[in-house]
Amino acid sequence: MSQQKEWPLWEVFIRSKQGLDHKHVGSLHAADAEMAIQNARDVYTRRMEGVSIWVVESRNVHASNPDEAAAFFDPANDKVYRHPTFYEVPAEIKNM
Amino acid sequence: METIIEKSLEEAFEEKIANEVRIEPKDWMPEQYRKTLVRQISQHAHSEIVGMLPEGNWITRAPSLKRKAILLSKVQDEAGHGLYLYSAAETLGTSRDQMIADLHSGKAKYSSIFNYPTLSWADIGAIGWLVDGAAIMNQVPLIRTSYGPYARAMVRVCKEESFHQRQGFEIMMTLCNGAPAQKKMAQEAFNRWWWPTLMMFGPKDEESPNTEQSMRWKIKRFTNDELRQRFVDMMVPQAEFLGLTVPDKDLKWNEAKNGYDFGDVDWEEFWNVVKGNGPCNKDRISTRVKAHEEGAWVREAALAHAQKRAQREAEKQGS
Ligand SMILES: [Fe+2]
Ligand SMILES: [Fe+2]
Ligand SMILES: [Fe+2]
Repeated sequence: MSQQKEWPLWEVFIRSKQGLDHKHVGSLHAADAEMAIQNARDVYTRRMEGVSIWVVESRNVHASNPDEAAAFFDPANDKVYRHPTFYEVPAEIKNM
Repeated sequence: METIIEKSLEEAFEEKIANEVRIEPKDWMPEQYRKTLVRQISQHAHSEIVGMLPEGNWITRAPSLKRKAILLSKVQDEAGHGLYLYSAAETLGTSRDQMIADLHSGKAKYSSIFNYPTLSWADIGAIGWLVDGAAIMNQVPLIRTSYGPYARAMVRVCKEESFHQRQGFEIMMTLCNGAPAQKKMAQEAFNRWWWPTLMMFGPKDEESPNTEQSMRWKIKRFTNDELRQRFVDMMVPQAEFLGLTVPDKDLKWNEAKNGYDFGDVDWEEFWNVVKGNGPCNKDRISTRVKAHEEGAWVREAALAHAQKRAQREAEKQGS
């Protein structure tokens, strides 16, 4: 058995009601997924804040690098024509 | 076009702070900013956890089933608060085990208020009303603190905190409207908790060397003395409503500043408790350590069970 003593860290996502996305709410330690879900219920939904819980072990989350954010998101920076407000619509045209 | 990459990391950080852009875990930050946050957030987390002890002490002795359920619920919330805060601190690179070890060794501090004893049921009312009241005063501005995970944890904490203060006030109100002996209990508890509560805002501004830097980094939004003043101004009318006498002979309304003048906190007592010589310091830490040590086998067994299960699962799928 490994020497690891601390329970792994899990990220918790909660759907607050049917029809909405699961949203990241925080993290917690648990020995396994089942315990992580139970702990998430006790910690993050004591006042009925959720109808569904996802947990993901934190080490499985891959993220973009914030130091490279400017360059990374640059491709979207100069493409104003992707927004409807870029286009001029004559006043006579309704419902567009 | 000027991009953030062209600037030094430090400038980019300062610019975010100036523009009220939150700092997130993977962002570059000055080492001292990180250290200050780890210290403050873990200290806050420890306070939530140790704070369960003086109140937990009364769960089995609550005067009715309703009060018992409410107190249990409040104490449960405090455990949650500790957890949100430990998680926020962990995003800065410290570990849960490290923080807990620092609490147990005495290296890390927690709010001194929890080193005072809860002698009667009225103390539970006084704690909810005064101590949670002061905590709210401290925590609401932290919703706008510059570090994202800390600010988000505070949103959750503050949402839950107001019930804590109200249940405490209700206990005090019930006692104050009760028999003379009950009223006396309430006044005595108030006398015990008033000054230690004022100490919760920390040392005087001129004796708080970290305040200035923390304000510049927008970790703190108000100084200790500012918050203490606000608290006194908020609480005095509530005490009057309850018919309780504030145990401060220097307390006086000051029309010119539109606030109360009040006496000086006993700073010698404050530093003495911070240094570990309060009435309950040793008891609180030894209770924590005992609980932690006696729970060790549960944590180890859960981990062993999870690992065994994962291994079996892998064997079934592999081969
Ligand atoms: Fe709390
Ligand atoms: Fe708190
Ligand atoms: Fe509280």
